[in-house]
Amino acid sequence: MKHIGKDFTPPDIFGKVTGKAKFAEDFTAEGMVYARLWTSPMPHARVKSLDVSAALAVQGVVGVLTPDDVPQSPAPNGSILTNEPVYVGDPILAIAAVDEKTAEDALGLVKIELEPLPFAVQPTDSLRPNGPTARPEGNIFTREMGELHWNEGEVERFLAGQQPTAKAPIEWQYGDLEAGFDNASVILEESFVTPGYAHMSMEPRSVLSYWENGKCFVYGSTQSQAFIMPFLAPMVGVEPKDLVYVGEYCGGGFGSKISPYPTMALPAHFAKKIGRPVMLRITREEEYYIGSARVGFQGWIKAGFTPDGKVSAVDLYIVQDLGPKRAGGDASSAGGAVSILYQPDAVRLRSVPVMTNTTPRGPQRGPGQNQITAVFEPMMDKAARQLGIDRLEIRRLNAPDSNAKLDADQGPVTSAYMQEALTLGGKRWNWAEKSKRSGKRNGNKVTGIGVGQGYHSAGANGFDGLVRITPDGRIHLHSGVGNLGTYSYASTTRAAAEALKCDWDRCEIVHGDSSLHLPWSSYQAGSNTMFTHTRANWVAATDAVNKMKEIAATTLGGNADDYDIDGERVFQTADAGRNLTYGEAAAKAIELGGKYSGMEPPEDIHAITKLALAGVQGTGLIGVAKDTLPKRGTAPGFAIGFVEIELDLETGKHEIIDYLAVAECGTVVHPQGLAGQLRGGAVWGFGMASLERHVYDPQNGLPANVGFHQCKPPTYMDVPSETDWAATDIPDPDNPVGARGIGEPAMGAATAAVMCALSDALGGHLFNRTPVTPDLIVNHVAGVEQPFGPLDINTI
Amino acid sequence: MPAYDVMPDIELFQPVSVEDAAELAGRLGEKGWLLAGGQDTFGWLKDRAKSPEAMIDLKGIDALKGIRETADGIEIGAFTTITEIAENPIIKTRFNLLASAAAHVASPQIRNMGTLGGNLCQDTRCWYYRRGLSCYRAGGNTCYASGPESMNREHAVFGASRCVAVSPSDTAPALVALEATMIATSANGSREIRAEDFFVGPAVDIVNMTTLQADEILVSVRIPNTWANAEFYFEKVADRNVWDFALVSIATAMKIEGGVIRDARILCGGVECVPRRLTAVENRVVGRPKNDATGDAVAALATVGAEPLHQNQFKIPLMENLVRRALRA
Repeated sequence: MKHIGKDFTPPDIFGKVTGKAKFAEDFTAEGMVYARLWTSPMPHARVKSLDVSAALAVQGVVGVLTPDDVPQSPAPNGSILTNEPVYVGDPILAIAAVDEKTAEDALGLVKIELEPLPFAVQPTDSLRPNGPTARPEGNIFTREMGELHWNEGEVERFLAGQQPTAKAPIEWQYGDLEAGFDNASVILEESFVTPGYAHMSMEPRSVLSYWENGKCFVYGSTQSQAFIMPFLAPMVGVEPKDLVYVGEYCGGGFGSKISPYPTMALPAHFAKKIGRPVMLRITREEEYYIGSARVGFQGWIKAGFTPDGKVSAVDLYIVQDLGPKRAGGDASSAGGAVSILYQPDAVRLRSVPVMTNTTPRGPQRGPGQNQITAVFEPMMDKAARQLGIDRLEIRRLNAPDSNAKLDADQGPVTSAYMQEALTLGGKRWNWAEKSKRSGKRNGNKVTGIGVGQGYHSAGANGFDGLVRITPDGRIHLHSGVGNLGTYSYASTTRAAAEALKCDWDRCEIVHGDSSLHLPWSSYQAGSNTMFTHTRANWVAATDAVNKMKEIAATTLGGNADDYDIDGERVFQTADAGRNLTYGEAAAKAIELGGKYSGMEPPEDIHAITKLALAGVQGTGLIGVAKDTLPKRGTAPGFAIGFVEIELDLETGKHEIIDYLAVAECGTVVHPQGLAGQLRGGAVWGFGMASLERHVYDPQNGLPANVGFHQCKPPTYMDVPSETDWAATDIPDPDNPVGARGIGEPAMGAATAAVMCALSDALGGHLFNRTPVTPDLIVNHVAGVEQPFGPLDINTI
Repeated sequence: MPAYDVMPDIELFQPVSVEDAAELAGRLGEKGWLLAGGQDTFGWLKDRAKSPEAMIDLKGIDALKGIRETADGIEIGAFTTITEIAENPIIKTRFNLLASAAAHVASPQIRNMGTLGGNLCQDTRCWYYRRGLSCYRAGGNTCYASGPESMNREHAVFGASRCVAVSPSDTAPALVALEATMIATSANGSREIRAEDFFVGPAVDIVNMTTLQADEILVSVRIPNTWANAEFYFEKVADRNVWDFALVSIATAMKIEGGVIRDARILCGGVECVPRRLTAVENRVVGRPKNDATGDAVAALATVGAEPLHQNQFKIPLMENLVRRALRA
């Protein structure tokens, strides 16, 4: 292939390297004022009175926005501003002033009387009889809000790590669980905790908005681009055609900026009220409040293994910490991950989604999958040890292939090559030799070897592509994909260039600004973009190719089938002298009009693509299509991490000596981009395994971690400067270039690998919780009981 | 609550001599705030949790900068950056304990900006206090960190007196080990304070972590040759390898002659509101060889009297392990 599998330089890199990249807060507008938020100091309260008169009297203050000025969404949805804050940091009002200092000074003069309401920062506190509910409407959220309390015995039993007996509102199962356990020779029961923690986007979610000729302009920070439009438009009160959304760069979202978030609409409402552009720069601390966090798990697992090492049955029970607003899905995804990674005969998932007065939760890289593999993969090791099977081998013999089934409905996959991936990794990493170093002592240090797997579904379908060839021969690849940092907005367009067989230097990627006419796109999350939008780009480019052939036939004679393309020309296969350049074909397209120049949109394309088409029609040859290619199942994304650590038994600190990531994501489209995903995912995974924290004080509901230095994501000094990677590079049959996604498993594999290595270094001891911090190790080695129960959260 | 993270208006003085700075400090008293590298200052001010009326920026005072040899040791200007100290050849050669401690402070970027004076005078990192809660240390009448449900993994296991905060400084234990002295100047003159007496716990002063008075400026730190070229050991255990505060640190200076320890200074950081001198360990190791057997014999002495809070029991085995490591041959 000409482009697929080759490195290239995505165009936004120049801006990032030179500092010319414009993130949301780098934009300005004539007459712009600055808004600042007054947020709740209490975890749950009701506004009794609100007096902003002194604040408004401050010279330079332009206006105030209160909950009464913005639409209110019913619980558990979040609103832009609220009179009933449900977590510390929930925005109550905003003040705009000529500069931020003036706005901040004015905020100090705001008088708000709050009535404190009962709050819960631990799900199990809320589940107790008469326990506090996070909202007056209840304490659990399934499809709707409800209230659930266990009896004391059920709570205590659960907190003690014993098999839960309380009914769970969410339950699914496939297979015969009892038969699965009957067939098992090893049955493991473990309780576990994977607390949620913040997304920690480097760029806080700042927003600029203004109104011009009835159109609302929003400059924001989101993972997605075109996907934002139909959801943000109603939030600011306009039709999508009257919304201009610019999100050319995004300084990290990690799941927290997939869709528009309530605060994103605040400047638009404020700008409308005061008649001036409004910039809202979010502070680092505020990012920890409104920037969301991973859903926390407290759970229990029973897993059965047959004598030959097959996982026969898995029973999962998960209490989810949802925070105070709409969230969830992680537990089901956890069950799904177990179902595909190990192909058990039977799986039951029970889940209790409990709301707490902590920071709102949202999907975070591998939401559910990465929590469960962090605890299940060390259990695989435990089973392997008991069965006398090599730890890599037990994964291989359970590994999914292209006949794999997943989830409650046991649906098919497009393809899966995990056995090949495990074999590839094992060889490249020299598992046979390195695994012998397991437990080797070097003074006070001990070597731990780990292998971990990660999974996430990695591909959607049904979205649109838009390719435009102009009479100058330039090829404009319109990408509605957001620039979330993975370069997928660019690398997916390589599929269009591949289909057009053209040189890359003739292509321009058009992205990052809805006024540039961008087609309907999936959200940039769920590891789907590579699969989804190589397809959409392929079908749009194929449409352009077909149109060129038709134009050539119309112009030069014969049938479209008589023509082919070579990247520069469309030519008659029997007589290559009869040809049109792409530019000539584009000029002809304009002349011919109709579908050729986008004047007749295909019926099945999305309304957003139709809007985009309206902006480019008549400017060239338009390739536009909805992806209707076949997709026979879930497109899975897998990764495997191999790690060697050296654990210091005296300090509890460990060093990562060596790390290899193996991607099982179909054909490699952009090697550098894939390497970036695998390495970045590994760093994050290391952080989840041993560093990152999210702690609330049960006394007062205050978060202890509202800064990078308190939350402790890994720094460059905490990770190896070099890591290795490899990929199976086996094409997926349901993608025209063979690609699937990889983002989320890249992290989960690393978390699981380190968790396994830490356990390995300690002779198989399972901590059954993340993060495994030095204090846990020091206590364990010293034989000191950990100062918390097996299911406790808020422990560090 | 307001958004914070924005500097308030504040009167700024930029003196170029110690005398002028001292005069300002005397005049402003509690209303003034000394600014060095700003790594502690700006957090307090931008969070608006402290509200001084004026700031005395010490950056323009050359006399506060640099490392000088003296008749019996060295003198380090309080405005000398942590990076300069970590890299200074004299300190690395003769007092490497301090260089090593300095190299473990925060992050390279913070070490470039942060000063020795700032590292020694920085306020505690107790997160309840930093959040602006009205605790004992903030002039209130409770401690949020010492209860049975408190988040107190990083807090004190020694010397609690209503407040359970710990000293966050990495260089402080090293300087106490080296028997350094601090020179504090005010409009009324200068005084020299032993490092060991410079830091104070809550039983002595619950709102200040040093004996420095509101009208005084820490101008320099003197290190006598007493421990020059001794055997040094510094180790800091923190969750992260960079940009983190010590869970527990250890700083030791030992004189070894004829295969046995003749004299020793052994301190831990991160366990008390002041650098904790392990006097019992120091006394016990004298006359013994520096080896594992000695470490094993004395380690438990390090933690006699420790009173862990509910989340920081681990500091006891960790301290003992660090003592063993410091005594390892």
